[in-house]
Amino acid sequence: MPKQVNAKLIKKEEIIENIYKFSVKAPEIVESAKPGNFIEIRVTEGTEPFLRRPISIYNLDKENGILEFIFQVKGKGTEILAKKEEGNDIDIIGPLGHGTFKFDKYKNIAVIGGGIGIFPLYELSKQAKQNNVKVNCYLGFRNKDFVMLEKEFEEVTDKLIITTDDGTYKNKGFAIDYLKDDMEHEKYECIYACGPLPMLRAVQKYAIENNIDCQLSLEEKMACGLGVCLGCAVKTAKSPKDAPEYWHVCKGGPVFNAKDVEI
Amino acid sequence: MNTRINLAGIEMKNPVTVASGTFGYGREFSEFFDLSKLGGIITKGTSLKPRSGNKPTRVCETASGMLNSIGLQNPGVEYFAENDLPFLRKFDTAIIVNACGSTVEEYVELCKILNTLDIDGVELNLSCPNVKAGCMAFGNTYEGVKHVTSEVRKVLDKPLIVKLTPNVTDIAAIAKGVEDGGADGVSLINTLLGMKIDINTRKPVLANNTGGLSGPAIKPVAVRMVYQVAQAVNIPILGMGGIVNSDDAIEFMLAGATAISIGAGNFISPYTSVDTVDGIEEYMKKHNIDDINDIIGKVQMN
Repeated sequence: MPKQVNAKLIKKEEIIENIYKFSVKAPEIVESAKPGNFIEIRVTEGTEPFLRRPISIYNLDKENGILEFIFQVKGKGTEILAKKEEGNDIDIIGPLGHGTFKFDKYKNIAVIGGGIGIFPLYELSKQAKQNNVKVNCYLGFRNKDFVMLEKEFEEVTDKLIITTDDGTYKNKGFAIDYLKDDMEHEKYECIYACGPLPMLRAVQKYAIENNIDCQLSLEEKMACGLGVCLGCAVKTAKSPKDAPEYWHVCKGGPVFNAKDVEI
Repeated sequence: MNTRINLAGIEMKNPVTVASGTFGYGREFSEFFDLSKLGGIITKGTSLKPRSGNKPTRVCETASGMLNSIGLQNPGVEYFAENDLPFLRKFDTAIIVNACGSTVEEYVELCKILNTLDIDGVELNLSCPNVKAGCMAFGNTYEGVKHVTSEVRKVLDKPLIVKLTPNVTDIAAIAKGVEDGGADGVSLINTLLGMKIDINTRKPVLANNTGGLSGPAIKPVAVRMVYQVAQAVNIPILGMGGIVNSDDAIEFMLAGATAISIGAGNFISPYTSVDTVDGIEEYMKKHNIDDINDIIGKVQMN
């Protein structure tokens, strides 16, 4: 059940240029949060900017009630957020979303992420590994300047492949191609993906064609985050051509089975 | 101290309601507070048959507000009656169904069904800017509004409130059509038609190109329109448009609203509506007001 809390910012870190990791004390949220859940942050007490910012959860420290999230400064909302100092309170609603990452029935999974989409995959990998699931992880970045969280992901995965589009760091090319290569001997039971739309589409296509279970974490412009405004629509795969049907990222997602959505 | 009001024959414990489309059918907000604290709940716009809504992008932020083009996605009145109404009825608050349709016949058929349900009233939506047929098409002339209102009146015994679009030249004249059509109350304003363009792609942000503007950005327009309508008709007004706190709510009541709705304000905090209830009481104490009804329409014009 979601809660609104004023969570104290206890640690702030700029992990690469313009991308911040915030650790906040929010035991009320951490308690019931699952991998794949997100939070909504109100960055100001006034009405400008007006809406809350939906941000994915990076890490849940259940023991200490600490929640970590990572965000890129992109517009006026995240600019204000990035100026918060340690000790400040942050108005957060969470955990939000009903569709979360599920790994109970698998023993061998692949996790694939791109750019700023990699954040929710950390808690998933961590929890899956803690539950004796073998986790191989593929993270793609534009170039060496955008590579982040390598050490952190290494700790929560069995194998980590880092790719850069231009080959300026580690493997050159797209993460999905390395995943496909490994598939021949790994036989992953499920692929989990979060990242830019072209990557998600490629993963979705590959998983469906090869009959592999696949869970995608999606995003869409959002207003309430609670399931009432119906803004963050995503088309269902079974929609008749002339009569599209929609689910919602905050209500059915953000994590969907790849075969259930048209993206 | 009395905060009870009577809106168009609907008794409410206080003048605070939540606006259609910003509160779903109540379930999500019931996880944050006891819905019985509200004067009333206006449901998500509900139609005779389910509607799937518009393609995304459906929402975007604007200066002190937002645009939406949801397109009245809803599960239809039958689903509502079976699944949502029993839940809403667990709370001690007025339940008003926002009813939308594409033709006069559809509005009438829908209201025939609503007349048989355990609800406190109907808010007839003649003002959604985001669907091609119906709604606003009826809502922007005196004759159109009067016609739909009077046809619905014939089949609906429950309190009838008609919700108006602000996208007209003379809101007072349209409100007169509501009164002459036999409605018990009028609600305003729905969203203002707007557009936002992404300067990088040179395309409108919303897939539907245009959408309805809501939030504090529209409040002065709404207050002005509530005032104008209050001068023109004798039926009570449910006022809304950018209300995010009790100061805003009082402003609408002074302009002539008997009750108010919190709309987009529900998105910035799930507690906006209940905080408004508390804030109104504080205002009454501070200004020695015994009865909230005493402030309705009491603006003193210059």
